[in-house]
Amino acid sequence: MTSELDIFVGNTTLIDEDVYRLWLDGYSVNDAVALRVRSGILEQTGATAGVLQSDTMDHYRTFHMLERLLHAPPKLLHQLIFQIPPSRQALLIERYYTFDEAFVREVLGKKLSKGTKKDLDDISAKTGITLKSCRRQFDNFKRVFKVVEEMRGSLVDNIQQHFLLSDRLARDYAAIVFFANNRFETGKKKLQYLSFGDFAFCAELMIQNWTLGAVGEAPTDPDSQMDDMDVDLDKEFLQDLKELKVLVADKDLLDLHKSLVCAALRGKLGVFSEMETNFKNLSRGLVNVAAKLTHNKDVRDLFVDLVEKFVEPCRSDHWTLNDVRLFLNQYSASVHSLDGFRHQTLWDRYMGTLRGCLLRLYHD
Amino acid sequence: MPGKLKVKIVAGRHLPVMDRASDLTDAFVEVKFGNTTFKTDVYLKSLNPQWNSEWFKFEVDDEDLQDEPLQITVLDHDTYSANDAIGKVYIDIDPLLYSEAATVISGWFPIYDTIHGIRGEINVVVKVDLFNDLNRFRQSSCGVKFFCTTSIPKCYRAVVIHGFVEELVVNEDPEYQWIDRIRTPRASNEARQRLISLMSGELQRKIGLKVLEMRGNAVVGYLQCFDLEGESGLVVRAIGTACTLDKLSSPAAFLPACNSPSKEMKESPLVHPPSHGCRSTHNSPIHTATGSRLTQNFSVSVPTLIYTGMGSGSAGKEGGPFKALLRQQTQAALEQRGGSPHRFCRRREFPFLTLTAFPPGLLVHVGGVVSARSVKLLDRIHNPDEPETRDAWWAEIRQEIKSHAKALGCHAVVGYSESTSICEEVCILSASGTAAVLNPRFLQEGTVEGSLEQRIEENLPVGCGFCHIPYDELNMPFPAHLTYCYNCRKQKVPDVLFTTIDLPTDAVVVGKGCLIQARLCRLKKKAQAEANATAISNLLPFMEYEVHTQLMNKLKLKGMNALFGLRIQITVGENMLMGLASATGVYLAALPTPGGIQIAGKTPNDGSYEQHISHMQKRINDTIAKNKELYEINPPEVSEEIIGSPIPEPRQRSRLLRSQSESSDEVTELDLSHGKKDAFVLEIDDTDAMEDVHSLLTDVPPPSGFYSCNTEIMPGINNWTSEIQMFTSVRVVRLSSLNLTNQALNKNFNGLCENLLKSLYFKLRSMTPCCLCHVNFTVSLPEDELIQVTVTAVAITFDKNQALQTTKAHAEKTLQRASTDNDELLQFPLELCSDSLPAPAFPATKEHLESASSNSGTPAAQRAVTVEKASPMGDGNFRNRSAPPCASSTVGVVKMTPLSFIPGAKITKYLGIINMFFIRETTSLREEGGVSGFLHAFIAEVFAMVRAHVAALGGNAVVSYIMKQCVFMENPSKNQAQCLINVSGDAVVFVRESDLEAMSTQQSAVNCQTSCPGEVTT
Repeated sequence: MTSELDIFVGNTTLIDEDVYRLWLDGYSVNDAVALRVRSGILEQTGATAGVLQSDTMDHYRTFHMLERLLHAPPKLLHQLIFQIPPSRQALLIERYYTFDEAFVREVLGKKLSKGTKKDLDDISAKTGITLKSCRRQFDNFKRVFKVVEEMRGSLVDNIQQHFLLSDRLARDYAAIVFFANNRFETGKKKLQYLSFGDFAFCAELMIQNWTLGAVGEAPTDPDSQMDDMDVDLDKEFLQDLKELKVLVADKDLLDLHKSLVCAALRGKLGVFSEMETNFKNLSRGLVNVAAKLTHNKDVRDLFVDLVEKFVEPCRSDHWTLNDVRLFLNQYSASVHSLDGFRHQTLWDRYMGTLRGCLLRLYHD
Repeated sequence: MPGKLKVKIVAGRHLPVMDRASDLTDAFVEVKFGNTTFKTDVYLKSLNPQWNSEWFKFEVDDEDLQDEPLQITVLDHDTYSANDAIGKVYIDIDPLLYSEAATVISGWFPIYDTIHGIRGEINVVVKVDLFNDLNRFRQSSCGVKFFCTTSIPKCYRAVVIHGFVEELVVNEDPEYQWIDRIRTPRASNEARQRLISLMSGELQRKIGLKVLEMRGNAVVGYLQCFDLEGESGLVVRAIGTACTLDKLSSPAAFLPACNSPSKEMKESPLVHPPSHGCRSTHNSPIHTATGSRLTQNFSVSVPTLIYTGMGSGSAGKEGGPFKALLRQQTQAALEQRGGSPHRFCRRREFPFLTLTAFPPGLLVHVGGVVSARSVKLLDRIHNPDEPETRDAWWAEIRQEIKSHAKALGCHAVVGYSESTSICEEVCILSASGTAAVLNPRFLQEGTVEGSLEQRIEENLPVGCGFCHIPYDELNMPFPAHLTYCYNCRKQKVPDVLFTTIDLPTDAVVVGKGCLIQARLCRLKKKAQAEANATAISNLLPFMEYEVHTQLMNKLKLKGMNALFGLRIQITVGENMLMGLASATGVYLAALPTPGGIQIAGKTPNDGSYEQHISHMQKRINDTIAKNKELYEINPPEVSEEIIGSPIPEPRQRSRLLRSQSESSDEVTELDLSHGKKDAFVLEIDDTDAMEDVHSLLTDVPPPSGFYSCNTEIMPGINNWTSEIQMFTSVRVVRLSSLNLTNQALNKNFNGLCENLLKSLYFKLRSMTPCCLCHVNFTVSLPEDELIQVTVTAVAITFDKNQALQTTKAHAEKTLQRASTDNDELLQFPLELCSDSLPAPAFPATKEHLESASSNSGTPAAQRAVTVEKASPMGDGNFRNRSAPPCASSTVGVVKMTPLSFIPGAKITKYLGIINMFFIRETTSLREEGGVSGFLHAFIAEVFAMVRAHVAALGGNAVVSYIMKQCVFMENPSKNQAQCLINVSGDAVVFVRESDLEAMSTQQSAVNCQTSCPGEVTT
């Protein structure tokens, strides 16, 4: 006696959270059944393996049918085929768009193209996440990216509106979209110690301060700049950053800056002498990063540069996080006392964000 | 020109992409009614078109309004080629035709295509302006209300129950017309959907006319079925109960005098026909099977084989004079009752009611189950306008049912239903019901034919009256074991009672009930035409017998003594017959305690064999004990003296022996050894019997926290919470064709059903404690070696902790009941609400109760739970648990349930009947996820379309929902599958009890009504 057909349809669609997780993790029905058996569900409920198999198949079929709707979450709310309570709908969407830390670190900053999709096999092998799950996560990134990339207005709001995600998840997606758009390099070996959270934090600061949307005013020529308020860096701002070069190019200014910082920090810093010897190198590093941002290639290497030029030197001299904080605060503030320097606002816009980023990036 | 139909097409959304180039669609809509068609403008390049059309007006006869569905077709405009159809919506406008129901249909309807399924939604507004019709000879029956619910709908009261109405219409099935060989599958499916829609409209109108003729205004328990007879055509038939209903708007001062039967009932009883022996209708030259009545309460009709168009005595010809004779009889009976207050008489052929629950006082006695089956050979219906043959077939079966009821001393049949099973050109017609004696007060016009009744007494005891035998104990229709009623000790009751109705609301029940199923397969040789029909009719009596034996054994094994909601389905296939009986077993306090099951071996000399037998016996005894505990069956011991002297009747024991029972001496001996108690003896004389005993013991009880029944409510559970989950589950299994035996088949079938139940319990485990109510199994045999089982049921949660306490409270209340007939509560909540609120009375009685229940000598009534009190809205506590209303969802929630009520809510309005028929077909089965994926999606779509129609009517629930047909056919080699589904139910508006309460605090006058527990019983 073999089962040809075996279905269960409820007026209210039954959603089993555990099975949903297994499905999202990309397990086949048989693997999912095996995992459920291992969880001890048979003993708890007195069910047989056959019952479990049939139940799992049913849920998988339901999820498969729901998947089309999950690609455009507002559709899930308006559709008539599945009667699902709102709280369950929210859970379905949130879980569907949730991604694995290991996966996102592999893809962050890469172009969400077919080429990257081909590499998913390798990512799957490397991270131990099933290929199916990798594909879902990648497609989610790409889908969100496609929908919001050309949209005006706040990136987080747009994502929330079109994908009905929680605030937290929408912010993460904003970071992913921002990184993908600007193609920041995150995969280099020396960046491996950084978590997705670190990058997301930086992305949020940069979106707030360095994009067109951050200026808080409509573009001067609405026809030429229809879009990309939050997704693209403010080109004008990046151009202007060249002006900061004077801080390291002008020797007097550099010396004055150093003496101001040293005077303020003497006795307060555990690594004062190291700071004093390294000041010029550090300052050159930070300012040169700014000056180079006009080139796309250098924008991509922003994080590599920051780690190379600032984080690593400090770390090798055993600065504590507090040392870094005190230094950066003083380093930024002292510029205001440099009489010959005219770009105070520009400096603040640059250094305010950079300081936040560096503090976040400075850990083991 | 009595009606104007107005339709407005507002907008569409989520349309499919019809133009690959632009990824958009140029959609427009055709609105068709009858032969008139209107079109909207084309809305270019959008998947969410906003047509906002003018009002399309159709001026039509109300006859057409009833018959025709409104057809809305969404198309994609194509300049160069033919326009592509996106999909259709059929809207039944019947609910707009009577004043109390919906006034407008407005909402989003899924656009349905028989090949692609649902493809987006369309927003439509429909209105009807009806003009008064002065034509006395009209053909329409607008205004007659239809209800699927098999009880008097909640916000109505029955003034008169007129009786049985039936009608059938036939047509050629478009699927089998020559044109379909060249038509596309889509066109063919649509032709079929449209035809069936038209036929059910026509059928409903014709039934409505009959109701009007009877001076009724409604049909309750309306059951409409399709017989897909293949090449011989398509039959749509319906039965129902005509009533005059009154809307309960104010506390009407109507009191049914149910306890004082009229004098005229005390007429001399008619002489019973000799009731032993064969009782089949011999109106055919060729009838094969002979048999006899088997056991009590269960008259099995011997199927009569009739070959239509052959022989001289075909039923079609005999039907005429037969009916005439009947009418004469009826008329005569009516004339005798000259003094009765009715003003109009209508002859009634069949005193049948499709109701399964009754207004208080209507049901006086229950005789037992009556059923009749007949095997027919289908041939082409030559003249669709005169469906005489089919009419005659059913008339004949009904006649048989009627005579069976008569033999049981009953003048009426309740819980009546009809069904068919068709395989190729063979058709089994089945009808069954419960023979009963009714109080004629409700049936003014008197279905009381011949007035066989003599047992209606003054002051009928509450809670057991219906168990008292209606037949003459000295001239019993079958061997039965009678005792004095354990409740009132005045009247005789049988030891076991089988019925097709729901448990009467006032029945006194001990413990909880449970679902009991008998399952059976019989192989049959493949044969053609007459030989096939003969083979089937030869097998039928044996199947009925075995199904009955199984039911009886399982009932005993559960320690129970009555079955309610019994439904026996016999399905015919190419090479086998399947029998599936489902019922809800209960322990009625009025009936005697069932004896155990005794096993008897055939070869007493073999030591090891004896050992085996005794082992088996022990297992059975253990199972009975376990079941008694599980279902809380602990009736009080009653000493013999109280029961009174034994009844002077030769056969005191109910014996059911296996077919070859030569060793009667042995049996007697065993019986004696078992003491005075009645034992059920199973003789194990071959492996077959062994197998049967084994299968008895393999039925696994549901896991803890689960109960199941196939009736509306579960006896012994009375604190439903508001969470409900209706579901449909379908399984198809393929039997390995190698050397199939009856035994292997039985085992497979049993396994299939048991596994299905286990799966349900597993899936719904998060709802525990809960009860599966109205569990409805349907079996079909779509092909050789394929068995399809479809289950629809509803899971309702209940509160376990409160169950105990309220049970006690209710038991106490049962005791406290004075002469007031509590049943009247059901209809007149206002007058008694102070009495029936359990909350204030509870703390005072609790202590007393606990002490009382620990006392082993407590009378039965005290321990018992009355079902009337098991009302789903019974206690105030659960109101706190009702979920807060859902926010933010754009799609309103529509509940669906096969029950006639919604737990924790009050139905405030009936919006009309939902009766929908869908066909779905695919030519890309694999791509749609195989057969399971295909059917899963289709059933989900059907649910969605039902919900959308209800929502558009302004409702928020469907009650008495039923999936009447789910015909699935596959052809995997061609990657094709097709499925037909027919569903029906009543669209209603309900209000949460908690919301009602909030309202009622402002209006103290209404307060009583809303919080009265008696409201939503049955």
